[in-house]
Amino acid sequence: MQRISELIRTRAGELLESGAADQILGWENGGLAYDPTPAFFTADNVAGLVYNSFCGINLSKYLIEKTKGKESGKVAALLKPCDTYSFNQLLCEHRIDRDKVYVVGVGCSGMLDVEKLKARGFKGIKGIDEKDGRLTVHTLYGDKSCPKREVLMERCISCKGGGHVACDEVVGEELTPDAAGNRFAGVEKLESLSPDDRFDFWRGELSRCIRCNACRNACPACSCNKCVFDNSRSGMAAKANSDDFEQNMFHIIRAFHVAGRCTDCGECSRVCPQGIPLHLLNRKLIKDVNELYGDYQAGAAPDSRSPLISYTQGDAEPDVIYERGGAR
Amino acid sequence: MPVKDENKADFRPLIVAFCCNWCSYAGADLAGTSRLNYPADVKVIRVPCSCRVNPLFILRAFQRGADGVIIAGCHPGDCHYTSGNYYARRRMTLLFSMLDYLGIERERTRVEWISAAEGAKFAATMSEFTQAVTELGENKRLGDIRCKEYLNS
Amino acid sequence: MQKLPVSRLPELFARIDGMKSLYLPVSAGGRLQFGRWTTGTAYDPSRMNTVKSAKDFFFPQSEDLVFFRSKGKELSITEAKDPAEPFVLFGVRACDAKGLEALDRVFLSDPVDTFYAARRENGVVVTMACAEPEETCFCGAFGVDAAEPGGDVAAWLAQDTLYWQSRTDKGDALTAALEDILEDADQRDQGAFAAHKAAIKAILDDLPLNGLSLEGFGGDALEALFGSDKWPALSQACIGCGTCTFVCPTCQCYDIQDFDTGRGVKRFRCWDSCMYSDFTLMAHGNPRTSQVERFRQRFMHKLVYFPANNEGMYGCVGCGRCVAKCPAFMNIVKVIRTLGVNAHAR
Repeated sequence: MQRISELIRTRAGELLESGAADQILGWENGGLAYDPTPAFFTADNVAGLVYNSFCGINLSKYLIEKTKGKESGKVAALLKPCDTYSFNQLLCEHRIDRDKVYVVGVGCSGMLDVEKLKARGFKGIKGIDEKDGRLTVHTLYGDKSCPKREVLMERCISCKGGGHVACDEVVGEELTPDAAGNRFAGVEKLESLSPDDRFDFWRGELSRCIRCNACRNACPACSCNKCVFDNSRSGMAAKANSDDFEQNMFHIIRAFHVAGRCTDCGECSRVCPQGIPLHLLNRKLIKDVNELYGDYQAGAAPDSRSPLISYTQGDAEPDVIYERGGAR
Repeated sequence: MPVKDENKADFRPLIVAFCCNWCSYAGADLAGTSRLNYPADVKVIRVPCSCRVNPLFILRAFQRGADGVIIAGCHPGDCHYTSGNYYARRRMTLLFSMLDYLGIERERTRVEWISAAEGAKFAATMSEFTQAVTELGENKRLGDIRCKEYLNS
Repeated sequence: MQKLPVSRLPELFARIDGMKSLYLPVSAGGRLQFGRWTTGTAYDPSRMNTVKSAKDFFFPQSEDLVFFRSKGKELSITEAKDPAEPFVLFGVRACDAKGLEALDRVFLSDPVDTFYAARRENGVVVTMACAEPEETCFCGAFGVDAAEPGGDVAAWLAQDTLYWQSRTDKGDALTAALEDILEDADQRDQGAFAAHKAAIKAILDDLPLNGLSLEGFGGDALEALFGSDKWPALSQACIGCGTCTFVCPTCQCYDIQDFDTGRGVKRFRCWDSCMYSDFTLMAHGNPRTSQVERFRQRFMHKLVYFPANNEGMYGCVGCGRCVAKCPAFMNIVKVIRTLGVNAHAR
């Protein structure tokens, strides 16, 4: 990781110097061992650019604001492979001006989830070292260690692989993460439960929702200028979940609004402060689309057409859901 | 609203039927002029096309006291606007699948294609759907407690 | 001061819950929340960082105020009853207890918020000294001593003894009601107790965020900080979600909305966030038109406006929740470090 970080910093400096980019969109160090923040760099501060195993944040959404307006400056964005899918999807939706972005694909071998570290009881983290697939975590309460693959982010465990789908150049090799899992495993497990058990599961999860809107604001697919939940005229605007109906409604509708456009970048689950597994909702819709309307990956190309704005005359009838699995 | 009449023990559901103007609403009219019975629990909302139905409408219906929601549109291939019902078909399939995934009873939602000439089908569908929802009982999983609290006061 | 062997904690909880509803940190979905105690709920002293603070119990996220119904020309108004459930919160961190003091300043000053006042009256806060602070903690910067928490009763869990010290009249009343369970602490206990506190202080000194300086902030810093050119760069990563405001123990802004139930209108209040683009939306629009201004407002409020209006008391208690939960890893520590007097010396 050190090596690729230096390569990126050097390359960023070169891009700025040659004028290929006026700004770099990347990450800078936070105050702790695991909190790099998105930041824009120019020649003055590009030395502060970092790239490490905690750079899970999907930077593509910041390009919406950045490329709006009439300035003609060019931004070089550091995008991991999964981020490039979101980038393509935003291009499909004409939210980003492609001419104003220079995509630097950065290699990724999987990002770490600090919550998984904490779940192991690693608290009071002061520093984290990575070597040969093992992490040594220096804490206030002693040094701890664990294999890197056991604390990878959920999304990295079922990485789409295949590298960057949109980039102007790649820095660092196209790495592949250490683990490969079935990304619909969680969904399948839920589908095999009875409706009552599923209801209990989702009540248990969604009752913790505090309507902080982190999932919505972090999601690259949720980029409406005026969200339906902020619009008092929609009749569904609410700033808090007053009861369980509103808890359910927010997530049903949000999952539905991003259906067919969700690239499975995993940001929603990463940012939820309550640890609600939102990817299980979005992946359910992706799985349904794949099964019913043919395999579709949003963001695989900058001009793909979402399955919800297309149709075939032989589509399945809605009562197909009665025939599908799941205990009764 | 679901009627909680203290005199009778049986529960009557509230069914909301989104009917597209050109086919199923006309089908409902035909059922009426043909004097075919279907339960009075069904409240029809006319929309220009089944495609007009937004998932938010369905959730709002449940929020406001509906126990079952049915969307009735033109047969695929016969949409007055050519392709509206195709989009509706995809949309509703995904929505109902999502609701089922959350544990909401499958029988509370349905899509049915009813043409303007099918008055009998309209009446039969509504009767059957109402019966299915009556057996399920009151919608508790997707209802809004605030809209129920003051129901009979 | 009293004490209790840890083995008798379940008994203590059962007794307290028999008198008033007891809430303590419980695990839910891998995260910690305040939940109702039931028989069998274990208390884990090493896990104290709840996602949301105890502010919920006094200022809930959503609360009914009034209900209107009109029948013809008659309008009936039903006021929501003041909440009267007595409750005890156990395991509250020192920072959260300090946060309640900040909320008291806002809600209990004239005109008194009767809902908040009733809950505050009904609630007894039993704090717990943090035996294992986290790297995100920086309460020391704001004058909070995690080894000497406030609240109505302060508690310490050292190895297998719970130490219990009442701090207020309400605390005295609760202690008196439990006097048959709690034992009196004596001279021998003082040694173990002092050692425990010293151990906590040693950890506090070792925290990565220890020594955060507030120089350059305070009620008089308005002119110096408002016009700083560092705000745009600081606020760039902010996505305006509002998570920071919801997990914060001192954020107190709320909105009042009406909900049409179909049979009448329910007026309720709910938490609002200054990060939102429709916060304090007026006829001409939002007074703060961009995220830069909203971001700046939040931190100016915590570090300048609040102390200016409250005799120097800051609007932050160093609990570290914003540090842990921000999706873009922005937080008040970064703001303090960037804008503080010692910024250039870092």
